[in-house]
Amino acid sequence: MTAIAERSPGPLMTTPEVTMATALNQALADALTEDETVLVFGEDVGPLGGVFRVTDGLAARFGDTRVFDTPLAESGIVGTAIGMAMNGLRPVVEMQFDAFAYPAFEQITSHLAKLRNRTRGRVALPVVIRIPYGGGIGGVEHHCDSSEAYYAHTPGLRVVTPATPGDAYALLRQAIECPDPVIFLEPKRRYWSKQATVLEHAGTTLDRAIVRRPGSDVTLIAYGGTLGTALEAADAAEEEGRSLEVIDLRSLSPFDDETVTASVRRTGRAIVVHEASRFCGYGAEVAARLSEQCFHYLEAPVLRVAGFDIPYPPPHLEEYHLPSVDRILDAVDRLQWQETRPAVKAGG
Amino acid sequence: MSPLIGAHVTSATRVVPRGRKPQELLPTGAPLTLVDADGRTVPSAGLAMPGDEALLALHRKMVLARRFDTQATALTRQGRLAVYPSARGQEAGEVGAVLALRPQDWLFPTYRDTMAVVCRGLDPVEVLSLLRGDWHCGYDPYEYRVAPQCTPLATNTLHAVGVAHAAKLKGEDTVALVMLGDGATSEGDTHAALNFAAVWQAPVVFFVQNNGYAISVPLSKQTAAPSLAHKGVGYGVPAMLVDGNDAAAVYAAVRGAVASGAEGGGPTLIEALTYRIEAHTNADDATRYRDQAEVDGWLARDPLARLRKHLTARGLLDEPAVAALEAEAEAEAAALRQRVNADIAHDPADLFRHVYAEQTPDLRWQQQELSAELAAAADDPEAAR
Repeated sequence: MTAIAERSPGPLMTTPEVTMATALNQALADALTEDETVLVFGEDVGPLGGVFRVTDGLAARFGDTRVFDTPLAESGIVGTAIGMAMNGLRPVVEMQFDAFAYPAFEQITSHLAKLRNRTRGRVALPVVIRIPYGGGIGGVEHHCDSSEAYYAHTPGLRVVTPATPGDAYALLRQAIECPDPVIFLEPKRRYWSKQATVLEHAGTTLDRAIVRRPGSDVTLIAYGGTLGTALEAADAAEEEGRSLEVIDLRSLSPFDDETVTASVRRTGRAIVVHEASRFCGYGAEVAARLSEQCFHYLEAPVLRVAGFDIPYPPPHLEEYHLPSVDRILDAVDRLQWQETRPAVKAGG
Repeated sequence: MSPLIGAHVTSATRVVPRGRKPQELLPTGAPLTLVDADGRTVPSAGLAMPGDEALLALHRKMVLARRFDTQATALTRQGRLAVYPSARGQEAGEVGAVLALRPQDWLFPTYRDTMAVVCRGLDPVEVLSLLRGDWHCGYDPYEYRVAPQCTPLATNTLHAVGVAHAAKLKGEDTVALVMLGDGATSEGDTHAALNFAAVWQAPVVFFVQNNGYAISVPLSKQTAAPSLAHKGVGYGVPAMLVDGNDAAAVYAAVRGAVASGAEGGGPTLIEALTYRIEAHTNADDATRYRDQAEVDGWLARDPLARLRKHLTARGLLDEPAVAALEAEAEAEAAALRQRVNADIAHDPADLFRHVYAEQTPDLRWQQQELSAELAAAADDPEAAR
């Protein structure tokens, strides 16, 4: 942790602002420094530093045996990472964009996710697959998919997504230390958002959600790229006299029932916000869990504000597709505020 | 970990020596053979005839492997195995490739390579766990350095490259041999694996057993390449075409490829020409896609009979030795039958173990749900129906 200690602010200094990309870069550098079994590889992650510059400077600092460019084949990247993990290394690989990870899908679902189970725990695969995901950056087709549900549906994988630079650092460090394979989804429209934070990972666990903003009327459940939108919506709702609690899930698999149900049992209303298409999307799982675990506390159906059930649109149309503050506020308005409350609340 | 990762190589991405001419990478036109179908020695450039001890070991293991294979097929008929993909007729490849490996090397087998896995020394009952339907992989892959038998075709080629590249980075003298069939060479992962292995100069042996069919699809519908070994040149990988029914040739070719990988020569592609005598599995009907005459032609080139003729002619093997060996194989088969006929008690709680390093709350809950249901059924069998 020397690198971090050196960068910690002194008593007279203000906490420096860092971007998510910088925080991820620092997490990789610190992991490479502390654990010599950690390797970073993928397409263009070497001298270029990745198309989003997340690996900037790492090849020069750690050498091209530990940080290196591979041939252009995602299945090859994940497949060889599996072999390297079998032989004692901890690969952290990059898929250049969400939709470009699909060639690796078989390696991820048939091998990475299953090998521990197939071998009754004898073969562990501590592999991290970093995937920039989601839209909002004006990307052309195949560059803006939100593919989290594919991975979250697969037993054996952990699926994590940070929404802030501080979490990006902490969660990536935790993911690299984790004995399970981790799909690490990086919301690319948040790569350059800044936060004044000290980068540290002690005390963070990989599977807990966090309440980002307390509220009492509605629970907004967001993650990754939509957290910022949810927080803006909460600000706007406050002006209208409604108090919105905002939860950042962080871990999509496993799901932190404790944090989410505690909130929804207090507020009685919930909306899930994500960029991915609604049909069979991650929000469906959240809504189902809330109806199973909080049914008698709910004042209204759990709503989803999600991407439409369409292929990701071209840049000039994406603003209509992405969940916006207005769409979230409209959903809040639809939460049956005028209906008669049940006379007796079960459990209360 | 004592050796510094990466300290053993100057670059993880060192490219193939550019000086290599295409001719140096291409296979020979005719398959390399050391012992012909009549058991006669064939003088062959580039392959050294294995010593007497190695030849006798090949013969012994082939006898045991064949008996194991026929026993496993018989166990499917008795319902003791859910399915068994036989490799009968491929004993030279299955045994020859494995005996050419050193203890520190890794073997990446497919579902058809049960003979090879058993030949490596694993307990056959543990190995058959997959095909009995007890668990997906019944053995410890680290014990003999044998990866789980791989079902999705060609996917394990990349795992072999990863293990080999990691070994190189760690300074270990380890070569990975991956087994694949003619059909698997059409998969994208084979392409990626050959390419990655070549670019990284990873010590990998790609051992392709071309047995003529991918389930029912013949090689003519699989590729237009002059041979599967010819695919190596495009990646910068040296390739060999060997007679896959000649155990001596397979053994010598793999030994050479392992030595080359261990000495920093990178990957090698070996195509072994052979034939699948049985159907794809016991559930397949091979008469729908091939003639018996074709099978008979290959039966006449039987790999075991060929080596036996050769060893007998050279005075290295006699009838009493063969009889003793066959008695040994019979005893092994009887022991296997007996052990496989014993029922295994399954614990449903196993379903929820080893999905993650630590059980998740969801899995804990699901395990409790199932065990409560089973307990209720045990208390009241009538109501459970």
